[in-house]
Amino acid sequence: MLKILKTRFQQKYRTLSYPDGPAPEMPLRFAGRPVLDPGCQAGCGACRSACPTGAIMAAPAGGTLSLDTGRCLFCRACEKSCPQGLIRFSRDHGLASATRQGLVIETGAVQTVSARNELAATLFARSLKLRQVSAGGCNACEADCNVLGTPAWDIGRFGIQFVASPRHADGLLVTGPVTDNMRLALEKTYAAVPDPKIVIAVGACAISGGPYAEHAEQHNGASSVVPVDLFIPGCPPHPLTILDGLLKLSGRITAVENS
Amino acid sequence: MAPSSDWVMIGNNEAIGLKAIAAVSFERFRQAVIEAVAGEARLSALPVWSPGDSGGLRVIAVLSLPQRGELGLLSAALPDRWPSLTPHCPAAHWFEREIAEQWGLTPEGHPWLKPIRFQPCRRHPDGGSRSACAGLTDFFAMAGQESHEVAVGPVHAGIIEPGHFRFLCHGETVYHLEISLGYQHRGIERAMTGGPVPRSVHYMETLAGDTTIGHVTAYSHLLEALAGATVPARGKAIRAIAAELERIANHVGDLGALAGDVGFLPTRDYCGRIRGDVLNMTAAVCGNRFGRGLIRPGRVQWDLDGGLTEDLLARLDAVEKDVTGAVPLMLDTPSVLARLEGTGVVSSETARDIGMVGVAARASGLECHVCAEFPYGIYRLAQLPVNTWTGGDCAARTYVRWFEVQASIDFLRHQLLELPAGPVDRKLSPMAPESLAVSLVEGWRGEICHVAATDRESRFAFYKVVDPSFHNWFGLALALRGQQISDFPLCNKSFSLSYCGHDL
Ligand code: SF4
Ligand code: SF4
Repeated sequence: MLKILKTRFQQKYRTLSYPDGPAPEMPLRFAGRPVLDPGCQAGCGACRSACPTGAIMAAPAGGTLSLDTGRCLFCRACEKSCPQGLIRFSRDHGLASATRQGLVIETGAVQTVSARNELAATLFARSLKLRQVSAGGCNACEADCNVLGTPAWDIGRFGIQFVASPRHADGLLVTGPVTDNMRLALEKTYAAVPDPKIVIAVGACAISGGPYAEHAEQHNGASSVVPVDLFIPGCPPHPLTILDGLLKLSGRITAVENS
Repeated sequence: MAPSSDWVMIGNNEAIGLKAIAAVSFERFRQAVIEAVAGEARLSALPVWSPGDSGGLRVIAVLSLPQRGELGLLSAALPDRWPSLTPHCPAAHWFEREIAEQWGLTPEGHPWLKPIRFQPCRRHPDGGSRSACAGLTDFFAMAGQESHEVAVGPVHAGIIEPGHFRFLCHGETVYHLEISLGYQHRGIERAMTGGPVPRSVHYMETLAGDTTIGHVTAYSHLLEALAGATVPARGKAIRAIAAELERIANHVGDLGALAGDVGFLPTRDYCGRIRGDVLNMTAAVCGNRFGRGLIRPGRVQWDLDGGLTEDLLARLDAVEKDVTGAVPLMLDTPSVLARLEGTGVVSSETARDIGMVGVAARASGLECHVCAEFPYGIYRLAQLPVNTWTGGDCAARTYVRWFEVQASIDFLRHQLLELPAGPVDRKLSPMAPESLAVSLVEGWRGEICHVAATDRESRFAFYKVVDPSFHNWFGLALALRGQQISDFPLCNKSFSLSYCGHDL
């Protein structure tokens, strides 16, 4: 018993003060929200051919670039490939959006992306129980959702909790591209959640199929099966990105202007 | 016993012309594999592919021969039906099921032939023998009073990957556990064929997300072998640093989860956070907590410069201090040990017979460890001690993990202090055509085996991945025999296997 108390003392108090205090600092080499320089007129296409998932598109008319963070693996291949250095990745962790279109970043544009959901901000504001469904993918997104339950992040502080049964849940948090083999299980789990309910798609896989997009063995993400209310990009998203998304969803923090 | 002279020997990460691999009759192939595995050899992979010229299928056996430090290769034309190897070579059982499912063939007399992934057949993608629904297949059944079945999954109670578990019970006792996987199948091996393309390396980084470094290292070694090059020493050291961080993070996470499953909450909570601290060290190196983007064929993309080495050493000291507080706390508690000891036993004979690898095999007393048997990269120069334990129970698997954490911390500190100078990349020439290479890596779960062959245009004719979980899932099933269902979470955690790495 004394040893347990001694170790408890040594291990200290570790829960983040965020969001009341400052957000934890992201690693220096972290790839967060991409920034596209307006100087590019979608000329050489080097970034597009380097991109493994087709996340970079030239707008049909004018030719300026856009980058779909819902497909992006944050691998920096585009950044490396650009001969003029016009694509770079900031350390901004805030990436979530309530709409699929809100994930697309345009050249130089100033965008305000909303991740707020009325239901989450009112009925579920003080208690949001989520059932996690892992539907393909690589288990890294799941791992970083799990992390949110550890004492350092402690999402219980916000009334958010992962529960064991869909019957106890207010919504689903889906990861993975929805493999053919998981489609039925996802449908059934969704049906088992009582109305009204919300769905959160975490990671490139769940948003677009991610690295497996267009494979015949999967369905290009959760939207193919269930309506999605919040998209959180990344491969995997940093725990802070997921937390940021959940807090914006319930209106606890508001979206800032992203430029 | 040395295998028969038909076998062609190569080293780990060595390429060989496809024509140099001896092709024998299937009957001779079958005998040779059975004999070799009955001796010292491990069956590391059994890839099948269609070379395209003759329309037929070929099979290659990849054996690891730890006592010689070499890999044995042998090939044969694969008939549509053959007398199953499994009754004489249990280690082949999962491989034969995989082949039967992927190619629509029949190993006759296989004791339990059913799909392992519920994936489309490669030869008849639109139909064939594919079950209408994942998990819809025969299961063992038991009749009689008080006998009952418990089915769990694919969606589980926690945040974990999908899999289906069927417990056959009589009263409180589990007679057998059947594990039905495939829910994570997303077609990685199929998509690798014809590569490499820009996505290939991402398949490798995400085929088992918690083993990003392990699998991308094996992939890089394979491409480097086929291109006849290796990375400079500094690059090798950085790869090993990332690999040991991955090992420590996962083992610490599992030790915490084991503590949670026996209800010892202090260690669970501390380890959960310490794991995060280790992942953040990886993020300090490459920006991503799982090591995405760090390793590429021919190079590492991030160097340890600008004071990063000192920063990592300081963080490592803190991790060491925290973890040597948190883990012994649990292991010195009699009630925890009482729960772990004698639970989920796999004897060393069983482990050997079914071809188990990695942590679980070492906990059953088998001294298998790729870094020691087939050293690669910086492990050729710096040794990572092999820790084994006897007993084969949950306690043994817990101890092996804890010893490995400590050994990896020492190894890591040494590597960080002695980091070689120089470049971290090398220009790769194109891969050799019509060649095959094998890459073995000791991932944190155990032996990772990648095998690939190139066609005339130096594209992948096939790409085979064998995650350690592929060898070990059946071990978990056997560990449950004679236990209670309530022992399952503990046994499962003590094996800590990958669903996605198995399902591919
Ligand atoms: S960082 Fe994203 S957009 Fe850029 S190449 Fe990688 S996946 Fe494509
Ligand atoms: S989005 Fe990336 S990290 Fe998440 S499950 Fe898919 S491959 Fe893994």
